[in-house]
Amino acid sequence: MNHPSGRIRAAVAVVAIAVALVLQVSVFPYLAWHGIVPNLCLLVVVGAALTINAPAAMVLGFVAGVALDLVPPADHVAGRWALALTIVAFLAARVRQDVRPTATAVVATVAAASFIGTSIFALSGIVLGESGAVPDLLQVIAVAVLWDVLLTPLVLAPLMTLFGRLDPQLATT
Amino acid sequence: MGGRAGGNGLTGGRERRWRGMDRLDSRNRPPRSLLVALVLASVTLITLDFNSGADSPVEPARRVLGEAFGPVESVTAAVVRPFTNIPSWFRSQGSLSGEIRDLEAENSELRSKVATADFDRNRLEEYDGLTRAAEDLGRALVPARVVAYGSSQSFSNTVTIDAGSDAGLGPDMTVINNDGLVGRVLRVTRTTATVLLITDTESIVGGRVGSSMEIGFVHGNGSLADDELDLRLVDDAIIPAKHETVVTWGSSQGPYQRGVPVGRVTDVYTSLRESSQRAVIVPFVNFSALDVVGVMVPSGTTSDRAVIEADGAMR
Repeated sequence: MNHPSGRIRAAVAVVAIAVALVLQVSVFPYLAWHGIVPNLCLLVVVGAALTINAPAAMVLGFVAGVALDLVPPADHVAGRWALALTIVAFLAARVRQDVRPTATAVVATVAAASFIGTSIFALSGIVLGESGAVPDLLQVIAVAVLWDVLLTPLVLAPLMTLFGRLDPQLATT
Repeated sequence: MGGRAGGNGLTGGRERRWRGMDRLDSRNRPPRSLLVALVLASVTLITLDFNSGADSPVEPARRVLGEAFGPVESVTAAVVRPFTNIPSWFRSQGSLSGEIRDLEAENSELRSKVATADFDRNRLEEYDGLTRAAEDLGRALVPARVVAYGSSQSFSNTVTIDAGSDAGLGPDMTVINNDGLVGRVLRVTRTTATVLLITDTESIVGGRVGSSMEIGFVHGNGSLADDELDLRLVDDAIIPAKHETVVTWGSSQGPYQRGVPVGRVTDVYTSLRESSQRAVIVPFVNFSALDVVGVMVPSGTTSDRAVIEADGAMR
């Protein structure tokens, strides 16, 4: 990230995280099912991991997680979303192929990422003694995966195009 | 992965990828060392925040991010609000919906009056004995709106409101709406405050059964589907009756002011293991539709907005 386009990309990624976070806490609760909202930050992180270079995507995952942990109204032990989204970014970058991923591949990656991310967060809550009952956990994870998959075409398609445009080496469209 | 890309240098768009291939191959592999570093950083953060409660070293960072994101959340909520009201326009025409809102407000006010009648009668008797001054209960209300909701994925029930230290708010203040107890303020920034709802698993409210004045603790159980609270009475000889009202017990130091209606008893269980009575409480407040709330501040607090004084006057 030492050339100008890298810096622009970092700025764009951080702005994308901020916008996703605000939408997630202030807008989507009106559409939420039992308070479960689409995890837009996770979608941005997966989008980045599938487009920009892997180390940058992992740092972005960590930053997005810290933001989710600290921005009000969050009140859980800080670092839990950071842990979850770092691992999500790592795994998404790991499964990524060199070809531009097909729509099915993106949806599958998002579903897996959402499942793993939400599960890591929930498990860390069980370890730290601040999660709810296990049936509730499973229900939350299932609905969260559904939400994230539903929003994938709306969020990931423009985002990946945007990131791809900013990276001349990876531009595929 | 490198071999797979070989078949793709066919179209014009792919050509460009092809040229950057050697760099792509090396940077496409997520480095393990970075993963370890970031995971360790996360674990450090968790350890720092977990072991040191309220004076956690993470708290200043929370505050800084709150100062930055609070106004953005307030503005976003204000922009979205007209659209979230659209369904209600369809249900009833403009003037009617206003009327319904007024009637609902009046209704819930009357309902909470009825709900606390038992408690008030008992309290009155207590007060007859004590010549306690009324200013003790003289609390002013700072109105605020909910601008952000914590998601269920985070398994904590918290909201952000658009009033902060500028409006005279501070940690541990009681938050109510016109139906009853909402929660308490956890932390404030200049323009926003984070509120812990009483449905959160970490919330414990000192409660009192209205008719018998028995005391107990109301625990949130953070359940998804329905808002339910648990009441555990201190005296296990007392069995609360169904439909009894629970109000806050309140103390001079504790976060919750006394006499705020919390909910109604719907079921009672006897727990042999813990040798106490457990009652299920349905809260008066509808937590999925929180909007306007009031924060109880000491009377005479200076605020950046109109404050509703104890006698109902606006200041």
